[in-house]
Amino acid sequence: MLDIPTPAEPALSERTGGERLRAASHLRRLEAESIHILRETAAEFRKPVMLYSIGKDSSVLLHLAMKAFHPGKPPFPLLHVDTTWKFREMIAFRDRRARELGIDLIVHTNNDGLSQGIDPFSHGSARYTDVMKTQALRQALDFHRFDAAIGGARRDEERSRAKERVFSHRSAAHRWDPKNQRPELWSLYNTMLAPGESMRVFPLSNWTELDVWDYILLENIPIVPLYLAGSRPVVERDGALIMVDDERMPLLAGEEPRWRSVRFRTLGCYPLSGATVSTAATLPEIVREMMASRTSERQGRMIDRDSPASMERKKAEGYF
Amino acid sequence: MSYHEAPAIAASDAPRLDQDDRPTLRFVTCGSVDDGKSTLVGRLLYDSKTLLDDQLDELASESRTVGTTGDDLDFALLVDGLQAEREQGITIDVAYRFFATKLRRFIVADTPGHAQYTRNMATGASNADLAVVLVDARKGVITQTRRHSHILSLLGVRHVVLAVNKMDLIGFDGDRFAAITAEYLTLAGQLGISQVQCIPVVAPHGDNIVAASARMPWYTGPTVTAYLESVDVSGDVSQRPFRLPVQWVNRPNAEFRGFCGRIASGTIAIGETVAVQPSGRQTRVARILAPGGERDRAAAGESVTLTLADEIDVSRGDVLTAGPGPLVSDQLAAHLVWFDDEAMVAGRRYLLKCGAASTGAVITTLAHRIAIDTMLREGAATLDANQIGYAHLSLDRPLVFEAYRDDRSMGSFILVDPISHRTTAAGMIDLSLRRATNIHWQRLAVDKSVRARLKQQRPCVLWFTGLSGAGKSTIADLVDRRLAEFGRHSALLDGDNLRHGINRDLGFSNADRAENVRRAAEIAALFVDAGMIALVALISPFRSERELARQRIEADEFIEIHVATPLAECERRDPKGLYRRARAGELPAFTGIDDPYEAPQAPEITIDTSELSTDAACERIIGYLREHNYV
Repeated sequence: MLDIPTPAEPALSERTGGERLRAASHLRRLEAESIHILRETAAEFRKPVMLYSIGKDSSVLLHLAMKAFHPGKPPFPLLHVDTTWKFREMIAFRDRRARELGIDLIVHTNNDGLSQGIDPFSHGSARYTDVMKTQALRQALDFHRFDAAIGGARRDEERSRAKERVFSHRSAAHRWDPKNQRPELWSLYNTMLAPGESMRVFPLSNWTELDVWDYILLENIPIVPLYLAGSRPVVERDGALIMVDDERMPLLAGEEPRWRSVRFRTLGCYPLSGATVSTAATLPEIVREMMASRTSERQGRMIDRDSPASMERKKAEGYF
Repeated sequence: MSYHEAPAIAASDAPRLDQDDRPTLRFVTCGSVDDGKSTLVGRLLYDSKTLLDDQLDELASESRTVGTTGDDLDFALLVDGLQAEREQGITIDVAYRFFATKLRRFIVADTPGHAQYTRNMATGASNADLAVVLVDARKGVITQTRRHSHILSLLGVRHVVLAVNKMDLIGFDGDRFAAITAEYLTLAGQLGISQVQCIPVVAPHGDNIVAASARMPWYTGPTVTAYLESVDVSGDVSQRPFRLPVQWVNRPNAEFRGFCGRIASGTIAIGETVAVQPSGRQTRVARILAPGGERDRAAAGESVTLTLADEIDVSRGDVLTAGPGPLVSDQLAAHLVWFDDEAMVAGRRYLLKCGAASTGAVITTLAHRIAIDTMLREGAATLDANQIGYAHLSLDRPLVFEAYRDDRSMGSFILVDPISHRTTAAGMIDLSLRRATNIHWQRLAVDKSVRARLKQQRPCVLWFTGLSGAGKSTIADLVDRRLAEFGRHSALLDGDNLRHGINRDLGFSNADRAENVRRAAEIAALFVDAGMIALVALISPFRSERELARQRIEADEFIEIHVATPLAECERRDPKGLYRRARAGELPAFTGIDDPYEAPQAPEITIDTSELSTDAACERIIGYLREHNYV
């Protein structure tokens, strides 16, 4: 059996009308497609890696990878680009999961950025993101000479993401050229690379945020507890609720952390992830809350709003 | 209009996206530039309440600053997400968007209208069950409508919604709508697009998108949304024979060896017999591992891992099959949509990817190209970017596949330039041009080698070619007699005799002659399979056709005998009086007189009967057969 929790198999195995199998449900179809993409990546590339950001999409991706290669382990390591500004709970969760699953975990931090003292408060989110995330990722990919990096991005996240291929080509300088993408037909992927070039692979391309939550619920996938409502110290800044996760957060005049029942729809660096007020403390409650929600998950992400088309520009520069 | 107005779907009807079995319909939108595709998609997202408040706020603010619709919301901005698209107000690349209604989920591929991005339109259509084709009511059916519809038909999209947009700009003229509809239905009929629903719409205002338009009371059909929710596009691949392209061999330890892949068609259960293609070896399914755990059975669309009862060689690119054999060949004919700016060149080597298999491929001939305006086939040597053609390909090794019309995933391929790595073409396999050598799809208990052993001979074809009157039939007849005397089993297929029976319907045009040769080769191949020595006496004037015959039969079983008697000698003999009639102009296109005879370049045996008697010619052939251990 799988060494990951597998709840009762739905619909799929039921037989109706004699020999005919019932059509796979929506989530099972997405699952089958993602597993196909993961196996294709393992088969076609010399040295793939899976980007692991500890968020819910990464948790789903890791779960799918465990399934795709069961009873073996995924034939690639995990890479976490650690900006040093992640929530402490995230780091603890990361180390625990890697240990439980017995997977190689590579943690990379941009030490140049660290020694220059780049932080999200004094340098602004745009510069900080570029140095500690984009540049850090490029360093790690170059250092280990990975030729394919699997990520959890979805097409429903943002408009330029909706335009991205499942296998997205990057030049030797990690650049994405949105006007010159390879046509991607059927389930046939052109995986050819010249020396130094690489591929970004997005097995969750056709998933939506709600699909991710439904799947986490269905499969009972472990997630960072920050996604569930709890009493946490927050300050309100620029219209967002920022959790004070450690003493490094400089408080502005008049700011005083208040304990409130909040949770996170998206997790990144704590100073850049806005919390939402919520009492949804279980997965079913989260799904219910999501369905009633009138805002998108990325509203809580400060870095998407730096400037118009900022995601497209960041991606062109090598951001995931 | 602002988004705070009551949306077309009441809040209580808002879709519930909880986990369920609502089917997903994948569709593509296409049409020319400025026909309103992106606006239509944006409108569908908006009306299905897929958009959330912060996205609507952003849309409202962007509509004011970069929009093209004045104070109204510019729905196109929802999908044209690249900077270059916004700058130019056009769609450059495919956008995939998701929305859902109470009845269905949808994945829409919004594709560009510009001819220069036709490849992106084909990309979107490759996974679509249905297409929404937009036309501008003022322009009607134009070249781009034809081009896109042709690609849809090639890619097997059988359901089309013809959305006649901008009806407000023609005063909601029902007669004009009827005329456009009639023209499109004719086109769809020619293309084999069987299901067409024509709907008059005004995309930016939502007329007939979700709600029936009060401005077009004469239209009584479904709205776009109602049609998309209800159309039946099912084509059940689980009813077809089992096919599993092997994607990955999973060997975590010495005890476990599993074959992973996504089932392309059919179903499979533990204990069932499967064959490994192209080797044809058979074994049984021992275990089925699905994402949820061990299973007794799995069906098309699922990503599974199978273990087999026997240790047999299986690697990535092989296909596990059950039931009737798939096509296996290294020669195939396919429709191509050319993508690359560099034109297609016959003879150049590309990398072909089909399922999990990759192989080198050469386009040997371009049979024709499609002239999009007229949709007629035209002769051409090359394909430029965005052109469509029909080509023959020769592969480095045999490929396991199905015809595209039967199975999209087993019948589709891409070509990749091995130098630039660009994807140069999409291909849809039409048919196998021949069986690859040494490939057996069905392992028969009594096969050619068993029969040959019984008969104490190696089966082969003796293919006699030469001018009329050269002596082919006479020599073949004598060889046939001599073989009978030794107790060997042979059969003589004489061109004239075949024309009394199986080839009675054929004339002497080049096409009929080619067919004549093809049928003779097929029959000869059957005789070989039966362990016989087949003698074929046929003028077979063209090298290419003889080459096809040779390819139809295995390499060491085809012996070409050129009866190279000079024309003057044949004409002098003129046993049937044909040369005389040809010279008199009574037999136009007679081989050797006013039609060419292409002599073989490297025949196994050459015989000139002006120098050699029939008996001596016969002895030479029998000698060859002995020397090469055929008899």
